[in-house]
Amino acid sequence: MNSSVITDTNLSEINLGIRGNGHPPIVSVKNLNVYAGNHHILKNINLDIPKNKITVLLGPSGCGKTTLLKCMNRLTDLYHELKVTGDVWIDGDNILKSNDNIAALRQKMGLLSQRPYPLPMSIFKNVAYGIKLKGIYDKKLIQYNVEKYLREVGLWEEVKDRLHQPAVGLSIGQQQRLCLARGLAVRPQIILADEPTSALDPISSKIIENLFKELKKNYTIILVTHVLRQAVRLADHVVFMSYGEIIEEGAPADLFKNPATEKLREYIYDGN
Amino acid sequence: MNWRKKTEEVVAREIMRFSTYSLILILVFIIAVIFVKGFSSLTPDMVLKTPQGGFYYGGEGGVLNAIVGSIYIACGATLIAIILGIPAALYINVSLTRYKRLKNIIRFFLDALWGIPSIVYGAFGFTLMLLMGMNASLLAGIIVVALLITPIMVRTFDEILSTIPRGLHEASLALGSTRTEMAYRVLFKQGFSGFITAVLLAFGRGIGDAASVLFTAGYTDLIPTALDEPAATLPLAIFFQLSSPIPEVRERAFAAAAILTIIILIISLAARYLSARYSKTNLR
Repeated sequence: MNSSVITDTNLSEINLGIRGNGHPPIVSVKNLNVYAGNHHILKNINLDIPKNKITVLLGPSGCGKTTLLKCMNRLTDLYHELKVTGDVWIDGDNILKSNDNIAALRQKMGLLSQRPYPLPMSIFKNVAYGIKLKGIYDKKLIQYNVEKYLREVGLWEEVKDRLHQPAVGLSIGQQQRLCLARGLAVRPQIILADEPTSALDPISSKIIENLFKELKKNYTIILVTHVLRQAVRLADHVVFMSYGEIIEEGAPADLFKNPATEKLREYIYDGN
Repeated sequence: MNWRKKTEEVVAREIMRFSTYSLILILVFIIAVIFVKGFSSLTPDMVLKTPQGGFYYGGEGGVLNAIVGSIYIACGATLIAIILGIPAALYINVSLTRYKRLKNIIRFFLDALWGIPSIVYGAFGFTLMLLMGMNASLLAGIIVVALLITPIMVRTFDEILSTIPRGLHEASLALGSTRTEMAYRVLFKQGFSGFITAVLLAFGRGIGDAASVLFTAGYTDLIPTALDEPAATLPLAIFFQLSSPIPEVRERAFAAAAILTIIILIISLAARYLSARYSKTNLR
């Protein structure tokens, strides 16, 4: 985080945005740096994510938003070229330092990617997959939970008659909601959403956005987007990034009305 | 479109058309020659009987010994190749994601193994047999053919697995799957049609190869009943009969070749059927 910018602006207001609900942050990122060879992708990121809010990571393409998101559930482990230093505290665990049970740590965070990736199995089994990973094998309980999570994402009525059809047969918007249901089935605390509406039509995008508004009652949502209007519609807390740095963060009303930096001012101007 | 682009388009299309149809024509020609030349010898006896006395001088009997021997060796070797090959291909694509150089080295060695002529495998197997005091046998044939086809199996399946989008890996891991769960419950299923292709290619190479079994499996007129007994194979049956000066015996070589082609066609059709059925239901 560019700490001087935060200090220069009205820090108290920003902090109100972060911790205004009286809860400690659910995710704390400390001194996070990510390198790909000589390329410094994330530069000393310090960030607190408030609980049960939608935090939007906003910024132009290539600014490191997705990398930051992937650091939070250690998907950066899959990329041989990435070197990650620093700490990411989630629920008392430093996920970057922990070697205990990465799979269990990842279950604290559901992931919704830019485009949906249904598993190569039926609609039912897609949701049941996550439930089984939680150690639930009772058929009735699985059935109950599959219905519950498909209802939660508003997909039940659309698929209840074809639960045993391949998931790839669904429309792309339905697939994205199925992936959300699958993610919720592992009972995460946080939903990591990486531009989840970028491949969707406006109607499907609206459904996903409305779902997020509902889901934030029970989950913390970290949404990556470069769409300013989406950030305005959804964000409780905005983190604006550019070239691997956090430029500004705070409550959207403050940030968008009175941007403290030229970079954000330009972004808002171009976005409009 | 100007005349230059039009000409370019027509020439390119005609070259592609010519290449495609000439390949099909060559295949049809090969099959036609085999069937025409071997037709008169393609009798039920040929498939249902083992060689009787004087078979190699035009006497009665068939190549059941070679059919059974070939199927035994190809099935045994394919089974070993599956057991060794699936974990190897999954390991390259799941556990070595962070080790690009090691992954490339392994792929290089596998490609090199794929490229080694089968006679070299045969000679290697023969040397090993001498060292271990083994005779030419069904088991030795299975092991050497397994060595020959495992790299084919691994690299073919590996190529398919490497095309699976990284997003599916991430989606599966993000749910809390371990790498092993991701490998067998997601990636293997996603790449299943590629796996079928890999099995088909490996089986086809295994059943059709003569050089690797020449020294290792031996040849016999009997159907092997134990792993330490020698086994005849169709490629060697074709080779021995085709070398005969007697026209009837040479005809039988073509009949044996036709039988080998039919086996490969059946396996190919079965694999395609399985693959299509799998794609249609897409792993319910």
